[in-house]
Amino acid sequence: MNELASHPPSARSGRFLKDHLFVAVCLLAAGLCIAVLGVLLASIITQGIEHLDTHLLMNPPSRKPEKAGIYPAMIGTIYICLVCAVSAIPLGVGTAILLEEFKPRQKTLARLHGFVQLNITNLAGVPSVVYGILGMTAFVEVFKVMGSPGDPVWTLGTPENWYYLQLPFGRGVLAGGLTLMLVVLPIIIISSQEALRAVPNSLRQGALALGATRLQMVWGTTLPAAVPGIMTGTILAMSRAIGEAAPILIIAGVVYITFTPEHLMDDFTAMPLQIYDWASRPQESFHQVAASGIMVLMAILLTFNAAAVMIRQKFQR
Amino acid sequence: MTAINPQPAVSLPRGRPKSKILRRVRESCIMAGLIGCGVFSIATTLTIIVILSVEALRFFRLDEVSFWGFISGTKWSPLLGAEKHFGVWPLICGTLLVTAVAMAVALPLGLITAIWLSEYAKPKVRAVIKPVLEVLAGIPTVVFGFFALTVITPGLRWLHEGFGVYNAASAGLAVAVMCLPIVTSLAEDALRAVPRSLREGAFGLGATRFEVAVKVVTPAALSGIVAAFLLAIARAVGETMIVALAAGASPSLTLDPRSEVQPMTGYMVQIFLGDASNYGAEYYSSYAVAATLFLMTLLLTLIGHRVRVRYRQVYE
Repeated sequence: MNELASHPPSARSGRFLKDHLFVAVCLLAAGLCIAVLGVLLASIITQGIEHLDTHLLMNPPSRKPEKAGIYPAMIGTIYICLVCAVSAIPLGVGTAILLEEFKPRQKTLARLHGFVQLNITNLAGVPSVVYGILGMTAFVEVFKVMGSPGDPVWTLGTPENWYYLQLPFGRGVLAGGLTLMLVVLPIIIISSQEALRAVPNSLRQGALALGATRLQMVWGTTLPAAVPGIMTGTILAMSRAIGEAAPILIIAGVVYITFTPEHLMDDFTAMPLQIYDWASRPQESFHQVAASGIMVLMAILLTFNAAAVMIRQKFQR
Repeated sequence: MTAINPQPAVSLPRGRPKSKILRRVRESCIMAGLIGCGVFSIATTLTIIVILSVEALRFFRLDEVSFWGFISGTKWSPLLGAEKHFGVWPLICGTLLVTAVAMAVALPLGLITAIWLSEYAKPKVRAVIKPVLEVLAGIPTVVFGFFALTVITPGLRWLHEGFGVYNAASAGLAVAVMCLPIVTSLAEDALRAVPRSLREGAFGLGATRFEVAVKVVTPAALSGIVAAFLLAIARAVGETMIVALAAGASPSLTLDPRSEVQPMTGYMVQIFLGDASNYGAEYYSSYAVAATLFLMTLLLTLIGHRVRVRYRQVYE
């Protein structure tokens, strides 16, 4: 300790005072973040704990709050998220591979590559409600060129088969899942690109030097090395899909459904929709049911996030 | 251990060598699939633009609306009354009011937290704050809407009696909580990308930590911070569930955050929830509103991209 530091002149002490003040402000800001999360969780738990039981999990919604359940919404969420995952993961990883592993050198192609990249940044910023409108027009009505959902121009199977298909799709599971796919696709593409970018170039050069074609290099070397990163990004994207309400609201609407969907064209409801329905009612008791529903939803999301964190920890080098 | 491994390290190809032509055909098929993926993303954007403009044009061709009336009108009453008014400004005003409230809270708070995380916080403290932010980022927006309705609104009404049951301030605060993790994590990434040498140079000249953080590191990371801000604004403008639950459903041209407003996204939800027939003017009006919203977020994204590319300082 030297003399100067312990008895600083006033100009210096003013500057250090500023530093200390700033630390206090920072602590306040960070504390506020934690406090907000705490209040949010506490308010939901205190409101929702009463209705959280197996009755809620195993029963359909009801006009009486004490009998209301979330079972059809849970099954609906699982179905649309399956459709979303099956369609979004191959498309997203494929686009990421195209953008990261096949960067063209030729000038016009390189410009096109940059355009696709900018386009994806752009798609990531489009509000999800706009995707809902896109899904409504492109999937539910198929641009109104194929007749109406009530009177389809083409069908495959009958409503008894799970794979029952019709054109246009109508407000069914398939339309909902594909719309969610549009929402999460940019997220999957961007995170997969980051995972591929993190693979060291020496691996690629090694594969090419052994005589692999570019596709063999991607399939045998780059992709396996990037799988943990891609999985983490995909799981986070799927947790976004589970909680997304706005596009599904446009596709499915808030409907009173007490059964689980039986085929791809069947009407459905999803957990965020059911929660929105309960929360938008004026009765206090329905708010409590909404809080219980939120607890179930958050439990599922936290499981997903924990899985993503575990994969990241395990494979981090 | 000198046991000889009977298996060769590299498995040699057995049998007939695979046909080169077959491989080439297969590879071009896969390549075509990959290009198809890229085309799909462009097709999505094109479809959005085509749908929105075609349906919005159909709306403007209707007898009771005019394009000029839409972009200059100050009254929006498509559902009630004998005479319908389609002036988009009350909806834009609602969106801007909610966004302004949200950004007034989220941007300073997020930036300060980011500076603290990157310049001050010890690793142990970071290990607490980062998961908190990640959990906040993972919460679905409908939950924030519920939070606004059942906690923030009663709180505001308890503080001041002028707040309505539905009000812009409550929705704005919930949107702020939603945007906070985005601002913080993106701004922190930008701050951490500033090289150590800049900080060390400033410390060497006798600067305090505050001066290093605010006068050296923050200006150096400004392009990234501005891009983070623009992204947060775009998210706030497009936010739907919070405003549908907490902001209300009466479009009005007001700057008072205590009053009920209807942002653009809230109106779209109202229409698609079945308050309108499927082919009336009010149904097509939602496409015109969606086109306006899309243009706003597109502009914000493009400006953000430009800022990042143009003003990024590359440190060697």
